Amino acid sequence: MSAPSANAVPQPTSFAFNEANLARVKQIIAKYPRGRQASAVLPLLDLAQRQHDNWLPRAAMDYVAGLLDMAPIRVYEVATFYSMFNLQPVGKWFFQVCTTSPCWLRGSDDVVKTCESKLGIHMGESTADGLFSLREVECLGCCVNAPVIQVNDDVYEDLDAQSTAKLIDACRAGNPPPVGSLSGRKHSGPASGLTSLTQVPAAGDD
Amino acid sequence: MLQDKDRIFTNLYGLQPWQLAAARKRGNWDGTKDIIAKGRDWIVTEMKDSGLRGRGGAGFPTGMKWSFMPKATPEKPGDGRPSYLVVNADESEPGTCKDRDIIRNDPHTLVEGCLLAGVGLGAHAGYIYIRGEFVNEAKVLQAAIDEAYAAGLLGKNACGSGYDFDLYLHRGAGAYICGEETALLESLEGKKGQPRLKPPFPAACGLYGCPTTVNNVETIAVVPTILRRGAAWFAGFGRPKNSGTKIFCIQGHVNQPCNVEEAMSIPLKELIEKHAGGVRGGWDNLMAVIPGGSSTPCIPKSVCDTVLMDFDALRDAKSGLGTAAVIVMDKSTDIIYAIARLSQFYKHESCGQCTPCREGLGWVWRVMLRMVQGRATIEEIDTLEEVTREIEGHTICALADGAAWPVQGLIRHFRPEMEARIKAYKSGALRQAAE
Repeated sequence: MSAPSANAVPQPTSFAFNEANLARVKQIIAKYPRGRQASAVLPLLDLAQRQHDNWLPRAAMDYVAGLLDMAPIRVYEVATFYSMFNLQPVGKWFFQVCTTSPCWLRGSDDVVKTCESKLGIHMGESTADGLFSLREVECLGCCVNAPVIQVNDDVYEDLDAQSTAKLIDACRAGNPPPVGSLSGRKHSGPASGLTSLTQVPAAGDD
Repeated sequence: MLQDKDRIFTNLYGLQPWQLAAARKRGNWDGTKDIIAKGRDWIVTEMKDSGLRGRGGAGFPTGMKWSFMPKATPEKPGDGRPSYLVVNADESEPGTCKDRDIIRNDPHTLVEGCLLAGVGLGAHAGYIYIRGEFVNEAKVLQAAIDEAYAAGLLGKNACGSGYDFDLYLHRGAGAYICGEETALLESLEGKKGQPRLKPPFPAACGLYGCPTTVNNVETIAVVPTILRRGAAWFAGFGRPKNSGTKIFCIQGHVNQPCNVEEAMSIPLKELIEKHAGGVRGGWDNLMAVIPGGSSTPCIPKSVCDTVLMDFDALRDAKSGLGTAAVIVMDKSTDIIYAIARLSQFYKHESCGQCTPCREGLGWVWRVMLRMVQGRATIEEIDTLEEVTREIEGHTICALADGAAWPVQGLIRHFRPEMEARIKAYKSGALRQAAE
């Protein structure tokens, strides 16, 4: 859970969805039975965060509460409970490094060390230029491709110190690599060659 | 070893496109209408006969769970509440990454499974709750659902069967606890993910107060193949009461970490050596394995030598199959730290509702950190063990149990290592080394 910070950044005084997102809001609310529109609170907060530079100001929570006819406190509760809502601004490249045991066993310490030394910041901090934020997170669910980092929406897998350094450079240059493994591995099968699914005809064959 | 012709997830590695056209060539959506025509009772009976046990960790028999859903009959008409299927795709148990591969590479197994499960449950709507971090996976799954609607496979008169079924995707926002079924329902209703007291169980009072069945992704995704090939085929793999095939996530100190679908009851050693390239440094370099995701207690090499990978064999070894996430640790591992890191995970993920969990797991983590350093007394190992027993079973949900078990497993099998660490610290060896 994110704790409220004493040195909070200036909050915008108002927030409203743009037109494209207002259309999305209608589609999202329609997924749930009538009168159950509160179910849309997570997707709407996510949408608000995406519209607002990847962080969620209080005005956006109030706005979503109004849209869904919820008491604002219920929305604050939700926004502070789930780890993916950023209640403070984050850098353009938001590095979330998994250090839970499966990643740790595969060398997440090296990944953390590389991030911290290369960016000159510690876990939980952002660079002064606003380009990078670094956060330690719990298991991202990609454990056979450990260690991993999630950068914004994309997970990079099979990392070591070297590929982590390259990933940082690529992001700094505004040119992140394609999502997935950075070791050249294409899937979650054994990297040295498949031990199963070798007899399956290609879907293109008739 | 399981043959490819008996594998359910033939696109587990995404070597082929996930889209509908390719999925159909792999056999998905084949004769779905005919299966639906066999009716709800036939589906539930077939699921019971298949012996499938839930793949989310608890291993409850799926067919029996489905039979708990209310059924309106002429003598006993229903109360008008709709029934729901909810699929748990909040895959967050450390070590577990199987549902992710199903969703991104073989999503139509899941989408078709939802429809057939819906028929089996008498539900006309289903929600798939996917963890928020799986952004790209959610995009694939939503596209697969959209394809199915466009092809008339979902929605009104799904597959031309006369059965209406709507399927919705709902993204979470980062909370391990939402993998607990009632916390998931709370979250889906737009609240904090805090588990509900049971009873009432979801089959009586679940989503929006309506009858609901919550199943894991893998459980639902194997349903179409079971119904197509027959319960007897599925029950033919594994030992009795442990039937079927299963995706194993083999990771940690192995030469080739991988996901693989294998027959249940495969020996752990064979699983690691055949598919994961063996333990780093050879089998004799093995220290311990966490066999079923972070909540299951570790087992030492002596047990790993012969244990079978199924629910009952691992229960007898005082561990569990859990989600079948096999975390391998070789002799170089600081196993006290490996478990302490899991204590940190559970402390972080406690929803804060029950005192033993909220307060206890922080305490356990802090003591475990001292155990890592050896900055403790021998008697504190007993205190630690006792406190985990006090936490276990005294909370609304099983998160605290899952936090207690790994620590208990550590003490059970690696107490000598913990004592040695404490003695080394006392004798100053470690302190001198640090200076």
